[in-house]
Amino acid sequence: MLNNFVMPDLYPAAPEIFLLLMSFLVLFVDLFFGATHRWMAAMLTAITLLGCAALTLVTSDGQTTLTFSNMFVDDLLSDFLKLMTYLAVLMMLVYSRQYLADRGLDKGEFYVLVLYATLGMMVMISAASLLTMYLGLELMSLSLYGLVAIDRDSTRGTEAAMKYFVLGALASGLLLYGMSMIYGATGSLELGGIAQAMYQGHGEKTVLIFGLVFLVAGVAFKLGLVPFHMWIPDVYHGAPTAVTMFVGSAPKLAAFAMALRLLVYGMFGLAGDWQKMLLVMAVLSIGLGNLAAIAQTNIKRMLAYSAISHMGYMVLGLMSGVVGGQVDAFTAVNAYSSALYYSVAYVLMTLGAFGTVLLLSRAGYEAENLEDFKGLNKRSPWFAAMMLIFMFSMAGIPFFIGFFAKFAVLLAAIKAGYTTVAVIAVMFSLIGAFYYLRVVKLMYFDAPADSAPISAGLDLRVLLSLNGLAVAGFGLFPDALMLVCTTTLMRSL
Amino acid sequence: MNSQLLSLAIWVPILGALPVFWIGSERRALVRWLSLLVAVAGFLVTIPLYTGFDVSQAGMQFVEKTPWITRFNVQYFLGVDGISMPFILLNSLITIFVVLAGWEVIEEKQAQYMGAFLVMSGLMNGIFSALDGILFYVFFEASLIPMYIIIGVWGGPNRVYAAIKFFLYTLLGSLLMLVALIWLFLEAGGSFSILDWHKMHIGMAPQILIFIAFLVSFAVKVPMWPVHTWLPDAHVEAPTGGSVVLAAIALKLGAYGFVRFSLPIVPDASHHLAPMMIALSLIAVVYIGFVALVQTDMKKLIAYSSISHMGFVTLGFFIFNAIGVEGALVQMISHGFISAAMFLCVGVMYDRMHSRQIADYGGVVHTMPKFAALFVFFAMSNSGLPATSGFVGEFMVILGAIKANFWMGFAAATTLILGAAYTLWMIKRVVFGPVGNSHVAELTDINGREFLVLGLLAVCVLAMGLYPFPFTEVMHASVDNLLKHVAASKL
Repeated sequence: MLNNFVMPDLYPAAPEIFLLLMSFLVLFVDLFFGATHRWMAAMLTAITLLGCAALTLVTSDGQTTLTFSNMFVDDLLSDFLKLMTYLAVLMMLVYSRQYLADRGLDKGEFYVLVLYATLGMMVMISAASLLTMYLGLELMSLSLYGLVAIDRDSTRGTEAAMKYFVLGALASGLLLYGMSMIYGATGSLELGGIAQAMYQGHGEKTVLIFGLVFLVAGVAFKLGLVPFHMWIPDVYHGAPTAVTMFVGSAPKLAAFAMALRLLVYGMFGLAGDWQKMLLVMAVLSIGLGNLAAIAQTNIKRMLAYSAISHMGYMVLGLMSGVVGGQVDAFTAVNAYSSALYYSVAYVLMTLGAFGTVLLLSRAGYEAENLEDFKGLNKRSPWFAAMMLIFMFSMAGIPFFIGFFAKFAVLLAAIKAGYTTVAVIAVMFSLIGAFYYLRVVKLMYFDAPADSAPISAGLDLRVLLSLNGLAVAGFGLFPDALMLVCTTTLMRSL
Repeated sequence: MNSQLLSLAIWVPILGALPVFWIGSERRALVRWLSLLVAVAGFLVTIPLYTGFDVSQAGMQFVEKTPWITRFNVQYFLGVDGISMPFILLNSLITIFVVLAGWEVIEEKQAQYMGAFLVMSGLMNGIFSALDGILFYVFFEASLIPMYIIIGVWGGPNRVYAAIKFFLYTLLGSLLMLVALIWLFLEAGGSFSILDWHKMHIGMAPQILIFIAFLVSFAVKVPMWPVHTWLPDAHVEAPTGGSVVLAAIALKLGAYGFVRFSLPIVPDASHHLAPMMIALSLIAVVYIGFVALVQTDMKKLIAYSSISHMGFVTLGFFIFNAIGVEGALVQMISHGFISAAMFLCVGVMYDRMHSRQIADYGGVVHTMPKFAALFVFFAMSNSGLPATSGFVGEFMVILGAIKANFWMGFAAATTLILGAAYTLWMIKRVVFGPVGNSHVAELTDINGREFLVLGLLAVCVLAMGLYPFPFTEVMHASVDNLLKHVAASKL
């Protein structure tokens, strides 16, 4: 009935709409000026992200607003995660500017795909129904597949994109299948409706559990949790470093949002069940990620396995919100905010680590082997110190942000009664410390194998320094960011 | 009373290290003098801690308390009692010697070398003064980073292995401690304050688990047998300054952890497991003493002697009487001076000969008489000669042990023989006898800088041996208080 159509409130979705419109502009600009003025697309992309940030800030009122027939939500959590996403994408653009230019990859398509992937993440972050979630996820994933293969002539890149695509499609299928079951059981696509139906005891439990298993598998694929981690090392390794940095940073925030929205907002009635699944996957990820990383000689692969283990820690926080089927607000906020804090901290560290890889790369040379870090302290003490900060932070050594992230997660896990799991997790982080230490060893204890001066531009140098100082600064004064994460979750749950 | 003295003791060296890093290694003279200035300033700010200390008070003094992580009620909570205060002074003093010891011999990246030691010094002051569990942990863990770099960059041929082994061994312990700290936080109803934990009631089973978590952490650091194997490796490979800081201060962190955490927080488990602790300590004293006897590398010999002496310290703690605990604390400080001096002596010879093998020496007294006199003096005090500081602590611990059980005291007393045997035998082979070879014949005696460092340490050792009262006086009230805590069951 067309006359019943009500125009949805577009205001909460203003950043998404703005980004979409601007992406058309980028396409047009690239069409007419792409050959002569390559910088214009990059500049416009940056402006778009800044504009989105401004719009997000303006439309943020701290209230939870649903729009598009309860399919889209704008709350403090979505605002915070979106701002972090813009920041991560913007940092990635600055880090990779020269790398892309040196390899002729700074084409308009790159920026458009980055924008669409960002849009996908934003939709995921704001999804309040299974459909919007799926829509955002696919938009992000398809753009990422394209980005991984952006270097057409690289066989490794193409292979990685192929693997990513096939496995990703499989995961999407699983997710969609799970969604259909849940829809069938509860009769609702809205997360709120699903939670309501479960609360009232509607729906066959068996069907719901089956649906949940597929849903969790889909989420685990996006996070890269064992046993759905196979794509991570190959994609990290095969993609151009700039794209690896992109794949490894902002999408983790979106995947965190997806996990939180689906499992906590939607499927809270089955918390006892998904908690066990997440627990197993978290422990396996922490174990396998840390063990496999030791064997790597390529830093991108090493960081890939490290990403697997880090997501394991993050999920450890996420699953600690429910104690023995009982929920109390304090424990829940504590657990979810620790996971949120971990995600943000991880994105900061990972951007810096890949930033250092980009710093050492130059035209025609990829500094992606661990050997390339040899003697960095002799070549540039300052950037060696920055990488030292990132590595020790990832290893969870204070005074860096990585320690406090681990600390918050462990605290949540122990509070939920998983002391044994916490002990296992810290023992694996001891094993993990080894490969981070090895990078520091290469930089400080070994003689340089490559004495070429570091040719990176000023923008990268400044950003890398700021990134390193942020990781150290948030470690010395962890209070503010922790409080932001907690407040955000408290007001969005 | 909210004084800033402890913050100064921590942050003066750390912030002072920043300009040292900044200047860079090209301007060597500036780097050295600035480092020395920072180290001396770092020591000067700790002096009021001693002069302003109220010896009659058992509680924490110079307390500073500010919220740090409000989310988890973590406080920037500092304070010292008679147990921890002397170590801050010792640490800041040793830092000056370390800077002087690296004056000429460190040629590569001197700015980073000096800076790393200054940072290390500040972090260790933080460990000794932190009264918040997480603050303690953060300093404890962070101090691994500079030490890792120090061993790995300026160490000997096998430095990479030693550095990684040192790091991972220590990390193993501290990660378990982190879990225990978080458990205590939750059990205490949301407080990380160590002082709150001292008053908290805990059941026996959790007490034992916590004790074990702390034990792994501190035993590695002390190090106790059988987790001591990282120490000889680290010592042999570390540069002289690194060995000095390791032996004089870093080892004390583990022992300090026992008195600050294990004993007062889980007293019942401490009593329950005391026989095991005593056994491990005696094994360290006797067995490691024999191991020291057969060493051919001087640094290794002194490293094993350190383990043996630290066995005395843990023995003293776990016999639970005042004289034993005080003796152990005196032994810690005295060992800080003596081991620092011994490693500096070996460093002096190494700088000239580039060898630490005992067999490469012989008759050093003929070419380096001044040095030989000091070296023999320190060796004597290392083997516990009366009138040196080495005697006081050992004697007190043996007295305490005999009070508890005669045979325990007897076993501990064998160290006086063993210690004398390995130290003096080394001295005989290195210092006395005919000139061993042409390299020894070309040795030059110590210069003014080296003499100053060793001479000052000799004064400290002698003063503490002849008149230990100023040291025991400050400890007295706090030790009594500690024993009161340990005696009271928390079940």
